[in-house]
Amino acid sequence: MSQSQYNFPDASGHFGPYGGVFVAETLFGALDELKAAYAAAQADPAFRAEYDYELKHFVGRPSPIYHAKRLSEVCGGAQIYLKREDLNHTGAHKVNNCIGQALLAKRMGKPRVIAETGAGQHGVATATVAARYGFECVVYMGSEDVRRQAANVYRMKLLGATVVPVESGSKTLKDALNEAMRDWVTNIHNTFYIIGTVAGPHPYPMLVRDFQKIIGEECLEQMPEMAGRQPDAVIAAVGGGSNAMGIFYPYIDVPDVRLIGVEAAGSGIETGMHAASLTAGVPGVLHGNRTYLLQNEDGQIIETHSVSAGLDYPGVGPEHAWLKDIGRAEYQPIKDGEALKAFHDLCRLEGIIPALESSHAIAYAMKLAPTLAKDKILLVNLSGRGDKDMHTVAEKSGIVF
Amino acid sequence: MSRIQKTFARLNGEGRKALIPFITAGDPDADLTVPLMHALVEAGADIIELGVPFSDPMADGPTIQRASERALAKGMSLRKVLQLVTRFRTEDDKTPVVLMGYANPIEAMGLTTFAEKAAQSGVDGVLVVDYPPEEAEKFGAAMKAQGMDPIFLIAPTSSAERIAHTAKIASGYVYYVSLAGVTGSGALNVEAVAQKLPLIREQTGLPVGVGFGIRDAATAARIAAFADAVVVGSRIIEEIEKSTANGDNSSACANVKALVAEIRRGVDEVKK
Repeated sequence: MSQSQYNFPDASGHFGPYGGVFVAETLFGALDELKAAYAAAQADPAFRAEYDYELKHFVGRPSPIYHAKRLSEVCGGAQIYLKREDLNHTGAHKVNNCIGQALLAKRMGKPRVIAETGAGQHGVATATVAARYGFECVVYMGSEDVRRQAANVYRMKLLGATVVPVESGSKTLKDALNEAMRDWVTNIHNTFYIIGTVAGPHPYPMLVRDFQKIIGEECLEQMPEMAGRQPDAVIAAVGGGSNAMGIFYPYIDVPDVRLIGVEAAGSGIETGMHAASLTAGVPGVLHGNRTYLLQNEDGQIIETHSVSAGLDYPGVGPEHAWLKDIGRAEYQPIKDGEALKAFHDLCRLEGIIPALESSHAIAYAMKLAPTLAKDKILLVNLSGRGDKDMHTVAEKSGIVF
Repeated sequence: MSRIQKTFARLNGEGRKALIPFITAGDPDADLTVPLMHALVEAGADIIELGVPFSDPMADGPTIQRASERALAKGMSLRKVLQLVTRFRTEDDKTPVVLMGYANPIEAMGLTTFAEKAAQSGVDGVLVVDYPPEEAEKFGAAMKAQGMDPIFLIAPTSSAERIAHTAKIASGYVYYVSLAGVTGSGALNVEAVAQKLPLIREQTGLPVGVGFGIRDAATAARIAAFADAVVVGSRIIEEIEKSTANGDNSSACANVKALVAEIRRGVDEVKK
């Protein structure tokens, strides 16, 4: 495949049958305004220059690639390399996108930004850039997640954001997204909605991907320096799918590189207690786009289960749905227990405490590595650090602080 | 001529405006829905908008979301909503019923199957909140193939170009959302709505219904002065909520009827 062959979304925001703009008419004007502003920003070299400057000096990019030699040795097969997004300012990949969208908000003259958050990483990243640029900031977070991620809630408050616990529905990420959409439609005149993942109505899936593709672009340059060549497989956790799209996208047209997304299988796909929309869902319409969804036979969205709040979402970015259908990417489930084991292994073997989201990707790499020869290379996106998950992991291990 | 067209033609002849109340099917339970629909008609409803509950009602405010949650908790589904319409039709063959909901339950049933079943049940129009005209070509065709009207929203932010596009695939009536926000929001600016109406009428000859933020007879009267139909939703849901809060549903129909009759008097203050 050459670069010209993969060219999605189309002009109307579709990735094959997925994506699109499934929103009430009241939001259309705002999305048109955003599309126009983004097109103008893309054509303006000053915008790109400012984005690059911020990523270098505020975020600390490029993030390094690290050869996890002891982990690879213990697995006894392919070599595992980690893209260290956990070393970014705020501790995860989320900030790349927030910088991009904050610069857009600034160009559009919007003094107020809002966001939804699950694990709290996107909320923290949004609160961070809001402080950095002097925006008013409101973050919607399911009340269940507020409970699970108390440290991140406090972080957001320290940064000057207002955190609104959402009590409706399942009180998790999807409900926070509903509430943020409602805020946006009501306050469109002065508010920019910083969506945290590659989902939502067009242009968001494209825009968030574009602000995250820096991850994969750096890898394309770093891997030949580190390992002498490109990896055999790129592995990333998929909830909404922004860290995965960020590292996958630049590799789509690179031949012979497997792209593997890892979904949260919770207690196991067969138990129904999971969040694996691509593995076990069917196409439908939610949150402004058509994509794979976890739903019941009546088309109602069902509650998801994962030890990782950031993967606890019943949908997935529409571009992942398309990459699955065209066979360019494959999606594998990893259970809570497997992710927790990978979490502890990486702590003990490499001195890196990974986020529970990223632990899913590491767990799959640890499964795959022993089946491959020692000269094979797996590149895992270590999308975030695990400090925020101390409480959850301790609870699972029966430890009380 | 569809039931919706007949209704507007009749009202036009009488020099009256339409009143379109909204309730959520199955709120607070399925047994109350059909009696409530009849009560709405007795109170002067010309068309009934029946909400199909959805787990993630993004465009609705807290009032209608609570109604959806109550209905879903009792097992309401799109299939059961159609059964309720069938039951309503055994006693009322005149009042148009418009379903209002979200795309996913319809897509889960299948667009063609839904269209067939809805028409058989006696549904007259369908408004899918998250189907803007750009994504609704197949939906519009499926509705029209079964003789039903696809209803679309027009917002304060809709350009003349978009209104023209909407007018091409809409039938029955168009629904002008009178304020930026979700259902049940306050602070309706009647003047601003009045100013937008001529722009809509330049693009379409369809009747224009106005809703979002209409909570009493006085506001209904002011809106009816220039709109063809007045849509009232959250205020009615609040009444149902209040009347059934203690688990006793016996006063709900009478209370809703009194409320809607009062709004009807407001709408009828306007004669052409």
